[in-house]
Amino acid sequence: MSGFSRRSLLVGGAGAVGAGAVGAFVAGRATAADVPAPAASGRVVPFFGRHQAGIVTPAQDRLYFAAFDVITDDRDELRELLAAWTLAAERMTRGLEAAPDGAVGGPYVAPPADTGEALDLPAASLTLTFGVGPSLFADAAGRDRFGISDRRPAALVHLPHFAGDNLDAGRSGGDLCVQACADDPQVAFHAVRNLARIGFGVVSLRWSQLGFGRTSSTSTAQSTPRNLFGFKDGTANLKAEETDELNRHVWVQPGDDVDWMTGGSYLVARRINMHIETWDRTSLGEQENIVGRTKGTGAPMSGGTEFTEPDFALTGTGDAPLVALGSHVRLAHPTSHGGVRILRRGYNFTDGSDGLGRLDAGLFFIAYMRDPGNQFVPMQRLLSAGDLMMEYLEHTGSALFAVLPGVGDAGGETGRASLGDGLLA
Amino acid sequence: MNRRFVPALVLVPFGLLAACTENDPASAGGSISVVSTDSACTVSRTEAVAGNLVFDVKNAGSQVTEFYLLAGDGLRIVGEVENIGPGLTRQMVVAAGPGEYLTACKPGMVGDGIRAPFSVTGEAVVAPAGQLGELLATATEQYALYVEEQAEELIEKTTEFAALYVAGDDGAARALYADARTHWERIEPVAESFGDLDPRLDLREADLAEGEAWTGWHRIEKDLWPEGDPAYTAATQAEREALAEQLVADTNELGERVDELTFSADQLGNGAKELLDEVATGKVTGEEEIWSHTDLWDFQANVDGARIAFEVLQPALLTKDAALSDLLAERFAELQELLDQYRDGDGFVLYTELTADQVKELSDAVNALSEPLSNLTAAVVL
Repeated sequence: MSGFSRRSLLVGGAGAVGAGAVGAFVAGRATAADVPAPAASGRVVPFFGRHQAGIVTPAQDRLYFAAFDVITDDRDELRELLAAWTLAAERMTRGLEAAPDGAVGGPYVAPPADTGEALDLPAASLTLTFGVGPSLFADAAGRDRFGISDRRPAALVHLPHFAGDNLDAGRSGGDLCVQACADDPQVAFHAVRNLARIGFGVVSLRWSQLGFGRTSSTSTAQSTPRNLFGFKDGTANLKAEETDELNRHVWVQPGDDVDWMTGGSYLVARRINMHIETWDRTSLGEQENIVGRTKGTGAPMSGGTEFTEPDFALTGTGDAPLVALGSHVRLAHPTSHGGVRILRRGYNFTDGSDGLGRLDAGLFFIAYMRDPGNQFVPMQRLLSAGDLMMEYLEHTGSALFAVLPGVGDAGGETGRASLGDGLLA
Repeated sequence: MNRRFVPALVLVPFGLLAACTENDPASAGGSISVVSTDSACTVSRTEAVAGNLVFDVKNAGSQVTEFYLLAGDGLRIVGEVENIGPGLTRQMVVAAGPGEYLTACKPGMVGDGIRAPFSVTGEAVVAPAGQLGELLATATEQYALYVEEQAEELIEKTTEFAALYVAGDDGAARALYADARTHWERIEPVAESFGDLDPRLDLREADLAEGEAWTGWHRIEKDLWPEGDPAYTAATQAEREALAEQLVADTNELGERVDELTFSADQLGNGAKELLDEVATGKVTGEEEIWSHTDLWDFQANVDGARIAFEVLQPALLTKDAALSDLLAERFAELQELLDQYRDGDGFVLYTELTADQVKELSDAVNALSEPLSNLTAAVVL
């Protein structure tokens, strides 16, 4: 049974599925011709590389995000876990089981090493992106459990309290994080479940979040999706094709901070509940005024089409700006932040309803950046203080993680480089 | 109480007498395929090199079949895989030293089967089958003694508890409740293997189907700790007597049946895993003792039972997987250290006194132990 892999079961079907999926994206943007086709369901996204996958990878449709607490004080155990996670993650992103012969090929008297729900499913563009939180360097009591405080990046701090934050500690923070993105939610779930299982005794799941639909496009080949307010989201997002801009705004550069972070990034996660019911009672005019874009095409209120730059100076009746002063698009726009940009990679979520007949739903905001203190923090301060949309938002979870640099393929199963080598070596 | 428990582990296809030195079935030159039909037993090779042999046995016939590797005398079973349904493939891993053997398919599961000679060449495997077999036999004997001992103490304390309850000495009955149940919880998977006794003795109120009679420990628990349910009507004296009488009778019956039990190594390993499952699903959540809140006594008892199973298997495990043995010893110790923080006099604090963070910490320690413990069985029997 040693040749039994998820991937090998699918070779026949993947091509046909892929063709359909690509077709669906063609209308996205005129510049799509020279970039890789967006994820088709059978596609394998390479795990190894200078940067981790799952950041500029064209945003897959599904998310399962997990934050872990490290429950050991033993640095070797932590390093061994990251090595084990590296092996399993790389396998799963190829559409394989978490371990060879994992689901059904192992001994009959032992529990299977892979949980099995992704058998028969393709790789589904699975990416697994790993990060470390500030609490890994100093726990709640201020202890440096792993002797790594001298390697703590200066940029990795606890995010400040923003106006209106109503954070649940049980949905915030964490020592480690894994962002699993895939075209199939079951593939993403399977990955997190198996990583959690490998980690028992070393880590404990702190919180997790399922996202059912992407709200950002990270490639010019992708169309702009809609958030749960019904608006196109992330039109002006950083895109995989903007190499120079990514180096400027997303990837940690040599000399930025501690050496081991070079090639890494920072991930801000915010669980943003939307007051969906009150939003739905708001007039279309008011909704568009709050967002600063039309609901139909996503064009800025100053005119044009979706990708027309907003003209914040353009005024109408009574000299009022067409793009309202407190509109979301104006306050989030790079021109309000000295040209600073971030790469957004958020997902729509719902966790059922709240017992009062309302949906517990919103946007699980994920953004990648080079320096959160100078990118996300000022941006969120401005939004929390002045964004008209804040009336309909409630931030209920928050976390900042330093995203590890990518793992280069050192070749061979043994002696291969692992996640966190630079941090824990 | 766990209704999903499968009492006997007769389906396990691996011969317990078969020792092996490593868990690398591929080392002996790939698996040997066997096709069993109603009239033929086709084995892809008739010769193999000593070590772990892997047979992939496919049942291509219309009847349930079995496959055996027999010693050259045709009598001693070296390895077996039973209950292969039509169309299914099962794997058999067996460590075989050099010598002459017989393969046998047994379609219909009767008779001597369709036999053919099979040769194993090369060097002898390192751990002789006999040595591991002896270690495992000792382990199962020790465990049987432990179970009998716990059953005896259970009977003694249950009898005393029932008398106090009937006499209306509720304070003394409450004081003895958790202590007496400790002996039940230590051997819970064994007790649960008796599908008629277990529901009568250990059913929780939430486990009851509509119209089902409620007897046993938890029925009496609620009568002794009625505070949690304002609508509760206390048992009459006649009801008390009936409940107590049945509790003692069922416990005595349990003791008699336990005396006749023998165990196999896989039952010990799986029993240890099930005890930790009990902790994870019933005790760490505070559901087991919902009226008395004495869950930590049960927690400790489940851990005791699992640790005993591990300890009696440890000599065998050390010859097979010393790293797993070390890890389990360490994780048992860590969990015990955590539990000891909640000791109070002869017992423990009530579950309701634990904070959410403390429960989480206990749960993490249970998970940390349970995951490697789930590999104990395979480590000793493969």
